[in-house]
Amino acid sequence: MTQRKRLANTQSSSQNKRQSVPLASQEEDDDSTFPQPSSSQVQRGLERFTPAQVDQKTAEVVQFFLVRDQKKIPVRRADLVKHVLKDYRNIYPEIMKRAARTFDQVFGLKIVEIDSKNHMYILVNKLETAEAPPITSPTNPKTGLLFVVLSLIFMKGGAVRENLIWNTLKKLRVDAGEKHEEFGDVKKAITDEFVRQRYLEYVRIPHTEPVEFEFRWGQRAEVEVSKVKILEFMGEVSHFLSERGLSLCTDEDGCFRVSISFLTCVCVCVCVCVCVCVLAP
Amino acid sequence: MVTHETTTHTTTGSRLKEKKKQEEKEGAHCRRVTDQSRDMARQMEDSHRRFLQTMMANGIVDEQSARTLYQYCCETHNTQHTPDKLDDFIETINSKLQPMFMQVRKGMSEDNGQQFYALVNMAETDVTRMSSDYADNELELFRKTMDLIVCSENGKASSTDILNSADTLTTKKLKKSETEHLLNRLVHDRWLNEKRGEYTLSTRCIIEMEPYIRSMYQDQVKVCHICRNIAFQCQICEKPTCGIKIHNPCVARYFKGRAEPRCPACDDFWPHEIPEVRRPRSQSKR
Repeated sequence: MTQRKRLANTQSSSQNKRQSVPLASQEEDDDSTFPQPSSSQVQRGLERFTPAQVDQKTAEVVQFFLVRDQKKIPVRRADLVKHVLKDYRNIYPEIMKRAARTFDQVFGLKIVEIDSKNHMYILVNKLETAEAPPITSPTNPKTGLLFVVLSLIFMKGGAVRENLIWNTLKKLRVDAGEKHEEFGDVKKAITDEFVRQRYLEYVRIPHTEPVEFEFRWGQRAEVEVSKVKILEFMGEVSHFLSERGLSLCTDEDGCFRVSISFLTCVCVCVCVCVCVCVLAP
Repeated sequence: MVTHETTTHTTTGSRLKEKKKQEEKEGAHCRRVTDQSRDMARQMEDSHRRFLQTMMANGIVDEQSARTLYQYCCETHNTQHTPDKLDDFIETINSKLQPMFMQVRKGMSEDNGQQFYALVNMAETDVTRMSSDYADNELELFRKTMDLIVCSENGKASSTDILNSADTLTTKKLKKSETEHLLNRLVHDRWLNEKRGEYTLSTRCIIEMEPYIRSMYQDQVKVCHICRNIAFQCQICEKPTCGIKIHNPCVARYFKGRAEPRCPACDDFWPHEIPEVRRPRSQSKR
């Protein structure tokens, strides 16, 4: 299995405003107490502070974003207001505008709202993923695992029952029930870590008894991961397999499986025949 | 989480003092703007941004890799690349990072003398820069470890000594297993290096915490006589009235090729073994 060195980042102009129902209900925020200030309120608010103070507050917001984003945790507006803005909450739109400008001009990053109901933001790269960078970051080994899951979901049209994921991974010799030497607790990585980071959504399928869940692409995947890259990745996997006489296909119950291609069978047969002819007197 | 002290004073006296501070800041702000207009030619471009993003992802890179990265960023974005202008390139980035209290700073590894570039947070004047990753008692243990290292002669702290200081924590106590686990994390997060049961401050730690260390350990911290930076793993002149310190790699460079090494300050014979100058490793991918 080809392992991705780095998660492909690409600029996405469309913001995903899909309303998700995350499994963990503590995602509900108390943002309802924060009314969006009007532009005249912002103007008046700005007069209360010196330019230097506003600059400093902007810098704190930038720092806050960077620290959170380093851990792939989305930033909630409620947290931003509570922990950073405080007295400056009335000029929140102006501060956000300046922070966005700083991210753009200094870091080449973009603030993207991934959840317009709960007001959650992530940072997305504006620079194109470059070919063969000289320094590869300390790679997160789970990126390869994530890419496989994203690819499976993509190939199945956007949603996959969780059993299909576990079964397919098993066939790729990644047993979600056991501790994997590279990925660790695979089940936890997929159902907890990737979901928290918003790469995946883990959604209950209605009217199922016993309860069944399915996986979809999460909001971060929608804006960060290009479908083109996924197709390229799948292409690489296919190529890798085909070089070894194997191919990807789906069987009757919808599992992906690796099968020996017809061509290889032919080759094997030819080899056997040749050997027989040579050895025979 | 990184925060500055917020100004929420209510008394008139403090308010006036705050106003004065703000006016000084504005003055500095104006000076910065003037500097910036002088540097109009050096605006940030995508080559700078890519370099910065790479620094953010890696934290610290060796000089060789930084040069290669600089060239790569320029070529990727069709910007003119002048090989020996890396520091100017970084200066452009730093001028834009300054308002965020971040800097790309250069420092030397005490192990091999190699130069490194690290992206550091200048906002905190304490170890609280690590506070998003470590609990209060863990930070306290880190401070104690730093105490041991600063005050030691060889710039090292043994795991035994660190485990013993875990017993003297004023915040919540740490068990032996917890301390060991914490030390592993600190090594993994590149604040400490470990070799044969002894811990030293990592290059990144030294670069990032230098201002804090200088102010916190004013009297005890050793300073290298050759390069003037703070020193932990170093050689010391044996003459009691002299006692200057020199980093091991600085010793190697300074005394290279000299038949009879002599202390640069007091001219006494330098009795320590002179290490070899370590050649920088050719660039390698992580």
